[in-house]
Amino acid sequence: MRLSFEKQKKIGGFLFTLPFVIGFFLFFLYPLVQAVIFSFNELVLTSTTFELQPRGWENYRYALQVHPEFTRTFVEVIGQLLTRLPLIIAFSFFAATLLNQEFRGRALVRALFFLPVIMSAGIVMRLEMNDYSVIMLQAARSGAGFGGAALRNLFADSAYMPSWLLDYVIGAAESLPIVIRSSGVQILIFLAGLQSIPREIYEAVSVEGATPWERFWLVTFPMLSPLLLTNIIYTIVDSLTAMNNQLVIMIRDTMLRGAGYGAAMAMAMIYFVTIAIILLVVYRLISRKIFYYVD
Amino acid sequence: MLMMSTAALRRLNKWTISVLRTILLIGICFVILLPLINRLSTALMPVEDLYDQSVRWIPRNPTLRNFQLVWVHMEYVKAFTNSFLLALTTSVLQVASCTLVGYGLARFRFPGNGLIFAMAIFTLIVPPQLIIVPMYLNFRFFNFMGLLGDNTINLIGTYWPFILTSMTGTGFRNGLYIFIMRQFFRGMPRELEEAAFIDGAGLFRTFFRVMLPGSIPGLIVAFLFSFVWQWNDYLYVTTFMSNQTFLPQALEAAPGRIGRMLSQTDALASSSGFLDNHFYSLINNAGMLLVILPLLILYLFMQRHFVESIERTGIVG
Repeated sequence: MRLSFEKQKKIGGFLFTLPFVIGFFLFFLYPLVQAVIFSFNELVLTSTTFELQPRGWENYRYALQVHPEFTRTFVEVIGQLLTRLPLIIAFSFFAATLLNQEFRGRALVRALFFLPVIMSAGIVMRLEMNDYSVIMLQAARSGAGFGGAALRNLFADSAYMPSWLLDYVIGAAESLPIVIRSSGVQILIFLAGLQSIPREIYEAVSVEGATPWERFWLVTFPMLSPLLLTNIIYTIVDSLTAMNNQLVIMIRDTMLRGAGYGAAMAMAMIYFVTIAIILLVVYRLISRKIFYYVD
Repeated sequence: MLMMSTAALRRLNKWTISVLRTILLIGICFVILLPLINRLSTALMPVEDLYDQSVRWIPRNPTLRNFQLVWVHMEYVKAFTNSFLLALTTSVLQVASCTLVGYGLARFRFPGNGLIFAMAIFTLIVPPQLIIVPMYLNFRFFNFMGLLGDNTINLIGTYWPFILTSMTGTGFRNGLYIFIMRQFFRGMPRELEEAAFIDGAGLFRTFFRVMLPGSIPGLIVAFLFSFVWQWNDYLYVTTFMSNQTFLPQALEAAPGRIGRMLSQTDALASSSGFLDNHFYSLINNAGMLLVILPLLILYLFMQRHFVESIERTGIVG
């Protein structure tokens, strides 16, 4: 007997998603729960299995109070993420609108913009951090007044700018190369969004006599706003799993050479919970302002 | 007269914008290409050139010695083959499983649809470093949900951890591919599959015959991401397969090996301080280029499809 379309679709949905559901419980949720348990224990490996020795909150206390650098690095990494996030989002938005325009050589420029996605992953970035020639290049660049020093001199006498804002602007200029290189995927996502805005909307507002400026704020920006959230989440995920993330390196070192698995798990847990809270706050703040277009 | 001048003004305006845009784009492309150029120029230098302050960008005595040394001591052919096989296996499996899941989420209304989608996103935001140790232990003492009792199997050092996680769409960043494929299938016309169904094709036939061919651009995007990230992966490879050499490990080990080799055979080199940061920098740069090169070639061939198809993926939702 052949089932009806609706019935088949219901069963089909379960069938298609079943592999992931199994994998989620076996290879994701189960290890995650174990990770939570490990963070309250010390892990001892034996030849056939592993044992846990309960330590209570000791691992967390170690991470926050005893470890000489965890707290400082933690604050630094989170701070860096929060300062870079708006820059990356703004830059990728801007770059996507640029790349969406018609001009000669567009295909080549687009291909180049996404190149960092390939080059800036994993081991390459990690080695780059301690590479002599790269450090020299950076030194030469800041010496030549790329961003930092020159900007500071320019604004030094300015009374109009509060110092924290000045620091932020200078920091932004200095991290511009990093921002550009970590925006590849985000540009791609915004570009996809720009392409999917129906042409009729632009035509309609043009007939109503909207200026390009109004067109941007009344059409482009609201239509892209759902992607803001996608990109923010991606940026946070990307930075928190990066191989050159100081905290990730510290967690790994603690695991292999330092105070052991339990302490490393506690550090990773503190880090993860903080990230989750940031994501939640960002989501709450933004989702209220997002405009969903339904056609 | 007035008409003329506004037309001229508009043309001037347009011209200014295009000049500004060109300058900006060139600047950004320069920033993107700078590390690659820097790496290439350093990798081609003999160590004397790196010491020489007057040598910048263009090596005075270009040499391929760095590449030769790295090629041999990374055991490049072996490491490349391992990396290639692993990246290909995992990315094919990951794309296959994520496509199925993405299709299931995009086109079927069933209780739990939203929950499963939320689960996929959740796997994305948990850093792999957090669960890597429990995962290692589960594969080290693998007993299939307790079915094997105390007779655990050691899957570490085999391809199985990668195969199992890839098949179930729980590998590295697989949530992203599920997301991409879901968005892609959502954008495809519904009439297509309904017509196929009315013609008597079952669900899976409809999927393979009608939906899959139409989703090739999305598959390319997911495949490229998956391949590149597996290629560059360090965490999973060192945890699950530390007994074999893949490119990232080979790259990390090469400078030490070369140093040891040179200090044994070349007393002059070690005593005169050739084995310092400068020298290792040359080795590292040559090695990094060798690691990235296959990806660059892959990207060169796929970039046209890649850029076009991500636009059509319409990750918008």
